[in-house]
Amino acid sequence: MTKGLKAFLFLILESLRDLAPIILVIAFFQLVVLQQPIPNLDRILVGLVLVLLGLTFFIQGLQMGLFPIGENMAGALTRKGNLFWLLAFAFLLGFGTTVAEPALIAVSAEAASAAAEGGFLAPDAKSKADYAFGLRMTVAFSVGIAILLGVFRILKGWPIHYLIIGGYLLVVLLTFAAPPEIVGVAYDSGGVTTSTVTVPLVTALGVGLASTIRGRNPLTDGFGLIAFASLTPMIFVLIYGMVV
Amino acid sequence: MELLSHLATTTLNTILDVLPIAAILLFFQVVVVRQRPPHLGRLLIGFAYVLIGLALFLVGLEEALFPLGEIMAKQLTDPAFITGGGTLSGEPFWGDYLWVYAFAACIGFATTIAEPSLIAVALKASSVSGGAVSVWGLRLTVAVGVAVGVSLGAFRIVTGTPLHFYIAAGYVIVVVQTIYSNKDLVPLAYDSGGVTTSTVTVPLVTALGLGLASTIPGRNTVIDGFGLIAFASLFPMMSVLAYAQISTWRRQRSLLREKGERDET
Repeated sequence: MTKGLKAFLFLILESLRDLAPIILVIAFFQLVVLQQPIPNLDRILVGLVLVLLGLTFFIQGLQMGLFPIGENMAGALTRKGNLFWLLAFAFLLGFGTTVAEPALIAVSAEAASAAAEGGFLAPDAKSKADYAFGLRMTVAFSVGIAILLGVFRILKGWPIHYLIIGGYLLVVLLTFAAPPEIVGVAYDSGGVTTSTVTVPLVTALGVGLASTIRGRNPLTDGFGLIAFASLTPMIFVLIYGMVV
Repeated sequence: MELLSHLATTTLNTILDVLPIAAILLFFQVVVVRQRPPHLGRLLIGFAYVLIGLALFLVGLEEALFPLGEIMAKQLTDPAFITGGGTLSGEPFWGDYLWVYAFAACIGFATTIAEPSLIAVALKASSVSGGAVSVWGLRLTVAVGVAVGVSLGAFRIVTGTPLHFYIAAGYVIVVVQTIYSNKDLVPLAYDSGGVTTSTVTVPLVTALGLGLASTIPGRNTVIDGFGLIAFASLFPMMSVLAYAQISTWRRQRSLLREKGERDET
């Protein structure tokens, strides 16, 4: 057996271990609790093989592609020493990865229907589409601001907790002022913005910056960008709900 | 054939999703940095692996796990299953839903372990901390947090208590934990909140929330169905901060013990 094949099989086994809990949970509840057979077993098995292969390729690509890309970029932009380009990159990375996010598009459409049902919005297709588009842009803009702010924090070496705790206080205050229909959507918008491609890139960017800049610790200063990206959409969506 | 067309559309969609990121990276590489990155071929292969991997992963989830998970969420929250054949009348008794809480906890835990973004953050955290944060230690801690959070979120939907009380109380706990915690791990703990709610967790957990909110009389799918994700991102922060706290205590205790042994000799 060649070395490459062996390494690949090892990676597949690792992915299998990652997926084992979900397979066990679904099998247990379906067979023991609900006491029903598993429908379309052949299709499910094919699907599981795809999930397994997909996870293996993704993890491999993460180490070969996304992590080095994020770190190279962080290194190249700091060496250049131009604050404007670094912050522009941070903002665009946040905005660009969020604006096309399918989960966000789905959530904005649902939020528009909710607002129409609640009587805040004329229930015709055009005003709903406008509302959904506005919400999407708001969230994408807020994620751009989040990464920009997070990168600025790494440069300055500020401790993260003052910013995050202050942000959450703002969320709590805004919650009482915003219309109740938007609250659930706002809280969930924090969760949908961080996609599977964005997270490794942004993490590598943060860690790369903290390792290049003298006096920063990659563990204490490099992490935290994702936290900003999940916080600011809540704030901006709550404000959007109050203004629109 | 149906599978192949599904695969083709998903691959296309994944490429479209990644297009803005690729454009930004390319622009900065060519216009701003103006330098050929080292190991360009390897980077491109890696990027292609990510695309292929993500597409296969999504198709597999949509073929196998999501439909089954959604059917199960519907069956478990069905009034006939809850009351053992009867119908629901009036306010539900929270104790009738024990299987739902158990399912919520298990599915929260299991989907988090399979979440690729969390694997990415855990790999990075482990390499950066020189192994002090272990990959599996972080993943299991976050998964326990999500399990508790989603389960409590299901309890909230059943009882119909307002979402913001739980979230506000949760933030207060996070603030108190932050004050007393080992500051090294605070940023990682805050990040854990965001990474857990991604590709695998969101669809299954949302299906459970909507299933619950639509079968219980007096619950509104819009107001009550959402919000489970908020629980799933709040509780991992608490569990990771608790993990940081416990590891600090253990280190202090072992230091004290070593000191004690040294004093005796």
